[in-house]
Amino acid sequence: MAFEPTGTLPIESEQHIVACRQTVRALCAGLRFSLVDQTKVITAASELSRNTLVHGGGGRMRWEVLDQHGRSGLRMAFEDEGPGIADMQLALTDGWTSGGGMGLGLPGSRRLVNEFDIRSAPGQGTCVTITKWK
Amino acid sequence: MERIPILRMGDTLLVTIQLDMQDRTALALQEDLAARIADTGATGVMIDISGLEIVDSFVGRMLSSISGIARILSAHTVVVGMQPAVAITLVELGLSLDGVRTALNVERGMDLLRRIREEAPLGL
Amino acid sequence: MTQQYEALLAILDSKEDPLIQEWLAEAAQGGTAPAASFSSDARELLQALRTALHSGPPPRGTPHPGNAWHTLNGVLESLSRSRAARGETAGDTSVFVLALKKALFTQLQATSDAAALAPALWSATELVDRLAQHTVTTFQLAREDIIRRQQEELLELSTPVVKLWDGVLAVPMIGTLDSNRTQVVMETLLQRIVDTESEIAIIDITGVPTVDTLVAQHLLKTVAAIRLMGADCIVSGIRPQIAQTIVHLGIDLQGIHTRATLADALALALQKTGWRIGRVPA
Repeated sequence: MAFEPTGTLPIESEQHIVACRQTVRALCAGLRFSLVDQTKVITAASELSRNTLVHGGGGRMRWEVLDQHGRSGLRMAFEDEGPGIADMQLALTDGWTSGGGMGLGLPGSRRLVNEFDIRSAPGQGTCVTITKWK
Repeated sequence: MERIPILRMGDTLLVTIQLDMQDRTALALQEDLAARIADTGATGVMIDISGLEIVDSFVGRMLSSISGIARILSAHTVVVGMQPAVAITLVELGLSLDGVRTALNVERGMDLLRRIREEAPLGL
Repeated sequence: MTQQYEALLAILDSKEDPLIQEWLAEAAQGGTAPAASFSSDARELLQALRTALHSGPPPRGTPHPGNAWHTLNGVLESLSRSRAARGETAGDTSVFVLALKKALFTQLQATSDAAALAPALWSATELVDRLAQHTVTTFQLAREDIIRRQQEELLELSTPVVKLWDGVLAVPMIGTLDSNRTQVVMETLLQRIVDTESEIAIIDITGVPTVDTLVAQHLLKTVAAIRLMGADCIVSGIRPQIAQTIVHLGIDLQGIHTRATLADALALALQKTGWRIGRVPA
């Protein structure tokens, strides 16, 4: 894959989740992230793209390579026009350890990246934006 | 759709996961393993993930499920070869893989299975 | 291309050598002792500026990779980095870049008519200021980068992973544990466990002065990762005060093996790996 600084990938099927992982891997390799950072980012992308497909009814991943004052980074936004999240508090509660939460893996994914932003409301779809700096 | 091959070594079934799997491939593996354990009466399952660069929550849950299913069918499961970066990521993700035994490599995994079988010869 | 940059471009295209000469002379006057590389630095910068201006006017925000202005920024950044590595201050590098103004002014005066001169001079000033600004910003980041890398190297040196026995590794942690540090140690330790096929890793914290909730969290994560991979872990060197702190803070050690001393930890590790030690009369 040629190294594109920005782009969009559809998330409408399981194959697209794999495509997301592979695209993110190529981007990380191009940006020369460390192995651990690369693994964390691809894993977060896998979680969030699956959410988009399974809970959001499908959507897309937009990515952007960042370069601010010599600092490189990768930003990805996972968007859908699905039902949206009614209880944000619950969604951001750690599910696996406490047994609560919503099983969306959001708190976990958040720990894998540097910046995490989520916008969602019932009937208004969801957009999760993550950023990893080198 | 590709299915991951399951090899048999005596009483142990051996699975090597190397490719970036689609979700449905993981589910198919689960089904195939359950069937093979039942068919062969295997008492051990070894899953080699040394070639897996990414283990997300889906794969993690698959490993837990396989472990649970195997237990019900009287087989022990050991997952071997987890890469350091994967271990670090899983801990950060908060996935503990409860109930899944792990070993550093196939050799250690076989030792572990042998020890477990010796300690519980009549099943679980 | 607007007229203000046309005059500048014309000079960059045709008067590269005189520009460099006057630039270096001006820079030397500023007090910076000229190094051999200054001349090639100057040439590289001028050529990158020329290419960038040929591609279009300077962009408003941060240029994208692939854009000639992005390449120019790259040249400025490597200039900054090499100066930082030589121990020069941000001021020195900035002065070097700003010295280009005089050379540009001289050439612009010679080639522009009175009406065109003022706007051309203003554009040149704006542009060179911008270049100098960029070097200052990246200088800062470059220094921080160097410091961080030195810290990492120091880290690796101060936390060696040693093999105590077949299948038993030990890491003596010395000094305060922060998240960055623990991460580096974690990665190194995990890789060594895989490489040596060790069954047990002993993390000795005799040299760690205090343990708070954050430090405990990092340690717990490290142990969790080791166990996930299929090896086991013992934390040793826990001083009485630290043991009290751990209980006070209500930190749950989640079944991690702990021992007061490294010696005790080694004994436990040997036992767990099936070794028995007997004493033979001398």
